[in-house]
Amino acid sequence: MSADATIEARTAAPAAEREATEGGATTLAADLTSRPPRSPGQIALARFRRSRLAIIGLVMIVLMTLAAVFADALAPYGENEIDLFSITAPPSAEHWLGTDELGRDELSRLIYGARVSLLVGVGTAAIATVIGIIVGAVSGYYGKWIDSLLMRFVDVILAFPAIFLLLIFFSIQGSSVFTVILFLGLFNWMWLARVIRGEFLSLKRRDFIEAARSIGVPDGRLMWRHLLPNVGAAIIVSATLTIAYAMLAEAALSFLGFGVPAGTPTWGNMLNAARTNYLTVPLLAIAPGLTLTIAVLAINFVGDGLRDALDPRGRS
Amino acid sequence: MTRFLIRRLLGAVPLLLGVAILSFIFMQLAPGGPDALFARNARMSQEQLDAIRRNMGLDRPTHEQLFTWLGNLATGDLGISYTQYRPVSAVIWDTVPNTLLLMGTGMLISLVAALTFGILAAQKPYGFFDNVVSFVSYFGLAMPVFWFGLMLQILFAVRLGWLPSAGMYSATGGGIGDLLRHLALPAFTIAIGSIAGWSRYVRSSTIESLGQDYVRTARAKGLAERKMMLGHVLRNALIPFVTVVGIDVPLYLTGAVLTETVFSWPGMGRLFYDALTVRDYPVLMGILMLGAVFIVAGNLIADILYGVFDPRISYG
Repeated sequence: MSADATIEARTAAPAAEREATEGGATTLAADLTSRPPRSPGQIALARFRRSRLAIIGLVMIVLMTLAAVFADALAPYGENEIDLFSITAPPSAEHWLGTDELGRDELSRLIYGARVSLLVGVGTAAIATVIGIIVGAVSGYYGKWIDSLLMRFVDVILAFPAIFLLLIFFSIQGSSVFTVILFLGLFNWMWLARVIRGEFLSLKRRDFIEAARSIGVPDGRLMWRHLLPNVGAAIIVSATLTIAYAMLAEAALSFLGFGVPAGTPTWGNMLNAARTNYLTVPLLAIAPGLTLTIAVLAINFVGDGLRDALDPRGRS
Repeated sequence: MTRFLIRRLLGAVPLLLGVAILSFIFMQLAPGGPDALFARNARMSQEQLDAIRRNMGLDRPTHEQLFTWLGNLATGDLGISYTQYRPVSAVIWDTVPNTLLLMGTGMLISLVAALTFGILAAQKPYGFFDNVVSFVSYFGLAMPVFWFGLMLQILFAVRLGWLPSAGMYSATGGGIGDLLRHLALPAFTIAIGSIAGWSRYVRSSTIESLGQDYVRTARAKGLAERKMMLGHVLRNALIPFVTVVGIDVPLYLTGAVLTETVFSWPGMGRLFYDALTVRDYPVLMGILMLGAVFIVAGNLIADILYGVFDPRISYG
């Protein structure tokens, strides 16, 4: 174990040196203004905090997550609580956003809907990120025939009209929150895999990798400890944008009636239910769509903020 | 050029073959399968079901079914529609022109809008107009397409009564003007996502070109700003844009399903949705494969145009 640690320290040294020279200008500037030198993480954080939109987005996401977690305490009514005396009622003191065609409180369903939407977004991003990292890393690191094979596979998946396939599958097989997450994840890892592959292809020829390999660091450890941290920014940004994409995709599937099963309150399902009466009760269509738009907007703000903050070539 | 074309066309064959095989495997994973429509019919006896399965070849070994499927695909035989009792190719073919009209108009709107907004925004980065465009773009990218369609319907068809809310022709018939009035809302709906995305793309690539040396040279020799924009900046900024348009074909296909469903546009997407609700399996698989052809063709055309716009690309 201690031998391993020494190897680690030795192999990390060239990388650290490189960072020291590359970050030289920053360090110099920091010295000149007599401030303590900042780590790349601190610089990124400082840049992120300067982006007003990203902060707004982050605040909105936190609020939305809190609403989803504490939905039971927050929502004025239960998710399937029916008020037979107010069917498609306009907004009132009892029902702030009115009620739907079954007399369920629109606001409460919006709050409960945040649960499924966020779960689908995060779950899909998690699956897509794991697959993307594995395929991209293996492809870029080993190269040769494995790379050709995997990249042709990526080409094929990219040529898939994925939404069509998911709709067919769900219409025959039925669907659940879990299968929606699983299949959205299975069809959204390709761009990340391509990015990671490209980075690995060029990174693996750098000296610090050569050095690590020469002292016998095993492949898996080399990829995980030395190569992967270099593409951290790409992974974080891609995961964020996948969350937004998956939330939109879930809404589209549910809107068509082949996503999350109908009883579950999700923004897509609420839009699907509104299809029968949106021309007479527009609010039932406006509210869930607007909520979804704002949620996706918030996530995209954060994603863009992260991209700018984590880009080492960006202005500090 | 001819050799390049032939090579790229041949390259598309394994891609489509891959899509066909993967779709087949994927569908094997869905219990229920192609006979779901009949199996779920309670009045169907086991003998009748067996007869149908034998008729459809579902009693044969899996690999035999795969080869039959591939062989039939190669000859353009997509089977017989369960609900229309006509060859699937004929059923789909009837709807393709309508979808191409919708997608084509959408792309045209998007191109014109993106070029106008992108170039104007690039004139003064972070100026007033630029901020407005990027704010609107953020919204365009975050909105669910179908929801935007519903909102347009509520506003322009129901509240204002300016445009028809659905269909392709009025019941009383009408000429090209009538068609255009029906086309306006769905075409704008399907375009909204790419208007936003493409505007941002044109903006950033125009800003990048404006910083190039040849622009400084053009300015130094006193070329009129307008001439320089069109002849030097745009020409170079738009080369990579061609690829972006090609890559967005899947976006338009998904958009077609949602938009055509919302606006009852009699195209491929609407046919797909109708087939989903009645589980018309051969039609669904046929549209899935045609969708893949569209995507591959989109990429191919983008590749070819890239060379047309950029003489530096050589087709080795």
